Amino acid sequence: MLAHARRMWDTIRRPSVHYSLGFLTLGGFIMGIIFWGGFNTALEVTNTETFCIGCHEMRDNPLAELKPTIHYTNRSGVRATCPDCHVPHNWTDKIARKMQASKEVWGTIFGTINTREKFLAHRLTLAQHEWARLEANDSLECRNCHSAESMDITRQSTRAADAHQRFLFTGEQTCIDCHKGIAHELPNMSQTSMFGGPPSQMELAHSLSR
Amino acid sequence: MSMATWLRYLTAALVALGVVGGALAQQPVATLRDGTPLDQNANPPTIPQVVNSDLRQVRNYPEQPPVIPHKIDGYQIDINANRCMQCHSRAAIEVSQAPMVSITHFMNRENQFLASITPRRFFCTQCHVTQVNARPLVENGFVDIDTVLEDLARRQQGAN
Repeated sequence: MLAHARRMWDTIRRPSVHYSLGFLTLGGFIMGIIFWGGFNTALEVTNTETFCIGCHEMRDNPLAELKPTIHYTNRSGVRATCPDCHVPHNWTDKIARKMQASKEVWGTIFGTINTREKFLAHRLTLAQHEWARLEANDSLECRNCHSAESMDITRQSTRAADAHQRFLFTGEQTCIDCHKGIAHELPNMSQTSMFGGPPSQMELAHSLSR
Repeated sequence: MSMATWLRYLTAALVALGVVGGALAQQPVATLRDGTPLDQNANPPTIPQVVNSDLRQVRNYPEQPPVIPHKIDGYQIDINANRCMQCHSRAAIEVSQAPMVSITHFMNRENQFLASITPRRFFCTQCHVTQVNARPLVENGFVDIDTVLEDLARRQQGAN
């Protein structure tokens, strides 16, 4: 093994015998373009909605729920596609997210959420991953389109303007803190006091036993 | 039953059918298409805007569920979450400055107060509705109790 590696190293160190310097540099340059271009093209292909909804899990669940929301249909006809919100636009962050997404390839192959029931069972976990990501990066994907600087609060309703002035402009909270469940349905929120789901089974049983 | 009796019944039935049918033909059924022929497109009125003023509106009687003075497009109210409670729950009103759901919403049918709103009061839009800036389809002659009492007092003064 070590001997093999040493022989490889010797070959790499030795000048070329058969190929000209021009062929090697130009060939390396052209191959570089092909490989780097190919890599980026492949990356861009995986960053389209068509690719995302290629799996029936994504087509039947998240996309179906997105359709009636304002991020899919609205007065001006601008819409967000899956990667707009779920993949960072910055290159380094994007590659990091793509590496994380290899877990999703595993999920697709082994059918982690390949039925509606399985998807509903995993919905809370899946949602918590996305909330954690957006809380950690200060709702970066929201801010790719919605900038606080360009937000004209005089065009907003009183209550929206008030909330944005108190929490967004002061940096006290980030978009996702209030705007959960705007693009997809919410999971069971009874754990969180903010959305006050219906009373728990224990509470119901307690009130009925009286 | 003799043949003559049977024929008499049949005639009566046919006459009755004719009378009812004629009456129906004279009073066309009101539809959303408003009498537009089936082979033509109806011209429906534009969809009115939901009032989004955030100003509380007067209640016509004390028991009236307050109307919602803002848009509730896409608000999720189901077994998983209640979007209204993000602002109107007991714990949320300090942040939201929205009115808290009334104490009656915490009472179960034995008048016991629960920790959160009861299942029978969970579906907000069963009672609370948004308003639109449309002209009423039917004229409404409702007057509130103050108007009734004022009217009564005026009539009593007139009698004295």
